[in-house]
Amino acid sequence: MAQEHVKHVEPYTPQFGTMIPSSFQKFLRTCVVWQLFRFVMINIKMTSLILKSHH
Amino acid sequence: MARLVILGAGVAGHTAASFAAKWLGSKHEVVVVTPNSKWNWIPSNIWVGVGEMSKEEVTFDLAPVYKKAGVIYKQAKAVSINPEGSESIENPFVSIEYTGQNKVGEVEELEYDYLINATGPKLNFGATPGLGEGTVMGEHTVSVCTADHAVHAAHELQECIKKMKAGEEQTFLIGTGHGMCTCQGAAFEYIFNIEHKLKEEGVRDKAKLIWISNESFLGDFGMGGLHFKVGGFVTSSKVFAESLYAERGLDWIIGAHVNKVEAGKVTYETLDGATDTQEFDFAMLIPPFAGVGMKAYGKDGSDITDTVFAPNGMMKVDANYNAGSYENWKASDWPKTLQNPTYKNIFAAGIAFAPPHPISKPMTTPNGTPITPTPPRTGMPSAMMGKAVTQSIVDMINGASEPTHTSCMAEMGAACVASAGKGLFSGTAAAMTVYPIVPNFDKYPGTGRDLSNTTGEIGLAAHWVKHLLHHAFIWKAKLKPGWALIPE
Repeated sequence: MAQEHVKHVEPYTPQFGTMIPSSFQKFLRTCVVWQLFRFVMINIKMTSLILKSHH
Repeated sequence: MARLVILGAGVAGHTAASFAAKWLGSKHEVVVVTPNSKWNWIPSNIWVGVGEMSKEEVTFDLAPVYKKAGVIYKQAKAVSINPEGSESIENPFVSIEYTGQNKVGEVEELEYDYLINATGPKLNFGATPGLGEGTVMGEHTVSVCTADHAVHAAHELQECIKKMKAGEEQTFLIGTGHGMCTCQGAAFEYIFNIEHKLKEEGVRDKAKLIWISNESFLGDFGMGGLHFKVGGFVTSSKVFAESLYAERGLDWIIGAHVNKVEAGKVTYETLDGATDTQEFDFAMLIPPFAGVGMKAYGKDGSDITDTVFAPNGMMKVDANYNAGSYENWKASDWPKTLQNPTYKNIFAAGIAFAPPHPISKPMTTPNGTPITPTPPRTGMPSAMMGKAVTQSIVDMINGASEPTHTSCMAEMGAACVASAGKGLFSGTAAAMTVYPIVPNFDKYPGTGRDLSNTTGEIGLAAHWVKHLLHHAFIWKAKLKPGWALIPE
């Protein structure tokens, strides 16, 4: 199965022990429709955080 | 009529001044003392530092804004506080020395009824030999701590890009310049913006990018790390950060105290006690922060600086400064009202207050060198503190006997958006929220934080949030219509 989105990672380096985003995950990061939804969600989350933080 | 004096016009001080003027009106006096003539939206200095924004886009003149708001503005630095007055002046006062307004060097004794210390930090470049002298950055590295520094950084970056286009390889070293630094987030954002810029310029293959930090693990951020839900797991910020670095081909050196900077080379000690060097062509190393060095005097002229300020120069507030070792730390150690315990009409907000202890676990090398990130308290927490202490003071002026509002880092969240690039559809950003900033393991067993409000994600949306914050907060700081509706 093709894995073009995964660059070569040298074994036994710190980089070898990390998560690598899937091609679908990378697609979602720049998919405008999905990101518009996330934009709304992030703003709701941040507003909720602010409201919880003021005493 | 009461007089409120606010020292500093950064995020905390400017927020305090804006709300104080709004709530107190013309019946009372609000005076701001700041050595700067301009306000700076510091988070966007990152974009200035890669040449994507100009200095003018992230700064504006304070004088007209304060004139409009009815705030008395004195371009001066605070030198000392006499919280009991003196033998010749009955009321408490601050000694200030003008840095502008055609009065440079003139000294004034400014009486107050209430005082907010929001001076921010001294950029302590002098703590690391070669990083700079005192508060002045040296010639070997660059900084993005001020808009002017960021303009200089962008110029140096362009020089490197020119060399790479001519075929030379360049090494970029970004991170912290001392074992006791904070503000890793700014350096974190800067390295990703540089990486993005180099890709845009078509020279990424000529660059080696290295992160150097006093964090004991990537993603500590001075908060002992955090956890959030990703892909069905509760994942550590260590995994999140390492994944980001690996994906972009960045190397990292962690648990490092930079102890010397020379032309093109840093020497550093790591937590295992080893000493090593790293060569660079371009280095942006954040300096450690210290208090601005104000003194305090009693009525008889005796030095009471130790009563008002902690040894690092930050102001003592209602924190538990005797918590002892890491194992004994609790969320309740953190200050709530930010009121000075000795002088009840003095408050501190933002970086100027003395934290009870770090949030990250203190670590020391076998040689005895401490390497521990200090707690982050810039940006959103600073603004919330500035507003809360102002609300308390306004209520006290109107008759309340004690502070009515709290702003505790163990009960407050923070949002951090780290961009990579500036275009609306190119580049991405990491958006993180954390609640509370100081983990509370009694209230949130397990990770110490509320997992429904502690989140992290990467994408264009976060990028748009960064743009939104830039414009919204500059609008708010300029006190344009509706400014008070924009939350801190």
